[in-house]
Amino acid sequence: MTPAIQVRQVHKRYGSVHALAGVDLEVRQGEFFALLGPNGAGKTTLINTLAGLARADGGSLRVMGHDVVSGYREARRNLGVVPQELVFDPFFSVRETLRIQSGYFGLRRNDAWIDEVMERLDLTSRAGFNMRALSGGMKRRVLVAQALVHKPPVIVLDEPTAGVDVELRQALWNFVKQLNADGHTIVLTTHYLDEAEMLCQRVAMLKQGRVVALDTTQNLVRSVSGRQVRLRLAPDALPPLLEPIRLGSENGTHLLSLADYPELERVMAALREAGSRVLEMEIVQPDLEDVFVQIMRRE
Amino acid sequence: MDGFRTLLFKELLRFWKVSFQTVLAPLLTALLYLLIFSHVLEEHVQPYPGVSYTAFLIPGLAMMSMLQNSFANSSSSLIQSKITGNIVFMLLPPLSHAEIFLAYALASVVRGATVGIGVIAVTAGFIELPVKFPLWVLAFALFGSAILGSLGIIAGIWAEKFDQLAAFQNFIIMPLTFLSGVFYSIHSLPPFWQALSHVNPFFYMIDGFRYGFFGASDVAPHLSLAIVGGSFLALSFLTLWLLGTGYKLRQ
Repeated sequence: MTPAIQVRQVHKRYGSVHALAGVDLEVRQGEFFALLGPNGAGKTTLINTLAGLARADGGSLRVMGHDVVSGYREARRNLGVVPQELVFDPFFSVRETLRIQSGYFGLRRNDAWIDEVMERLDLTSRAGFNMRALSGGMKRRVLVAQALVHKPPVIVLDEPTAGVDVELRQALWNFVKQLNADGHTIVLTTHYLDEAEMLCQRVAMLKQGRVVALDTTQNLVRSVSGRQVRLRLAPDALPPLLEPIRLGSENGTHLLSLADYPELERVMAALREAGSRVLEMEIVQPDLEDVFVQIMRRE
Repeated sequence: MDGFRTLLFKELLRFWKVSFQTVLAPLLTALLYLLIFSHVLEEHVQPYPGVSYTAFLIPGLAMMSMLQNSFANSSSSLIQSKITGNIVFMLLPPLSHAEIFLAYALASVVRGATVGIGVIAVTAGFIELPVKFPLWVLAFALFGSAILGSLGIIAGIWAEKFDQLAAFQNFIIMPLTFLSGVFYSIHSLPPFWQALSHVNPFFYMIDGFRYGFFGASDVAPHLSLAIVGGSFLALSFLTLWLLGTGYKLRQ
């Protein structure tokens, strides 16, 4: 099957900054894919080259098999982008904005779908409002609606939840999950790694314009060596035998690192021997954030 | 072509929604010029035999308003979109650069024509203006507005800040329009300034446009049409090329 997105050896320079330094990436159709990385890693640049907002200096990008330069019309018809910045045209109402956006894609009688998108994003009551009169959250919803007016099979959301309240975040994710269930490919950038871990099947991590990790979320989390155990003891003091694996202590709880689960047995034995009683114990699983921190440090 | 039609519609709706500022204000400005200049100069100047100064002035003012407003339409729309960032809504869809050019240029022509027709319609109540060759009037109105619409696109693409656009307007467009013979026949100028006027393309737009009304002009209308038509073609190609390269729009 044609990949939803195919990025091959893409380079992009801004003056002396090598914003994309040979990026290779493939997103399969129907995937929920996360593009992660610190600020300035090249996530938005990659999205911009994919969407035609910037031109790559080298390499090729395809959306549903269509080259973004030579087949730009088809590539753009297949792609919906929710930009990071909260942009809007102050001259128009919500409905006008969506009708105009739809017309740009050559869809002139698209009111049924526009109504449905507005309904699903809870915008119906604001349809006649001028864009200026909307709150930030509402403007964000309109941006999402604008990216969907032409029913693109591939949807890219560039930090859609930055500065968004909890309620909208939940609503937005439910909606995007539904879109994914309906068959849309979703690519997401976010700084909230718990969101990426919860939603995305595969993750690419970018650093300084390069892909430094690309795997399923599960494999990445598994790849982090070691788990941790948090203990509260009576008496409070940690037996000296366990000092080498202590990561820290705070308010009477000690955090110890475990290379693997069998090591927990050795910890328990050491505690028994020292006559310490376990008041509370919690195994801390590594999450995507740990993976992220580890990879970014390593690279 | 649906994308083009939508972009054109959006550009028309944009200026129409603020027509107080985009149509009525320039109309008032033109009328004030007319009032003052015709009051001061009517007795002293007769540019062509049998043509009063006020009658002479009206087509010039109409054309000047058309040119300035055509330029203002495309340039201000683009710079606003660039600065607020909503230009992405036009750059993300599958619009070709020819569609973008045509939509912006045509919307500029419509705004220019609206103001120009307004100037002539309002002044028709005060003075009878002959229209000897309406096709010439139409041709120069169209080419003139389209040229300034294209210039507006170029300026809107080039400028990154409002003051850069204002500089373009104040240091290029304004001098060229004011020194193009709107208020005088260039035959009344000293030889040096006459010669200089002949390298100003705006002069040919105004002179040719005026010829359509009076059947009299400073230079032969065919020459004016050739120069104006040539300028239009050259600027169209330049604008299309700029849009095609993505200069300052698609980083």
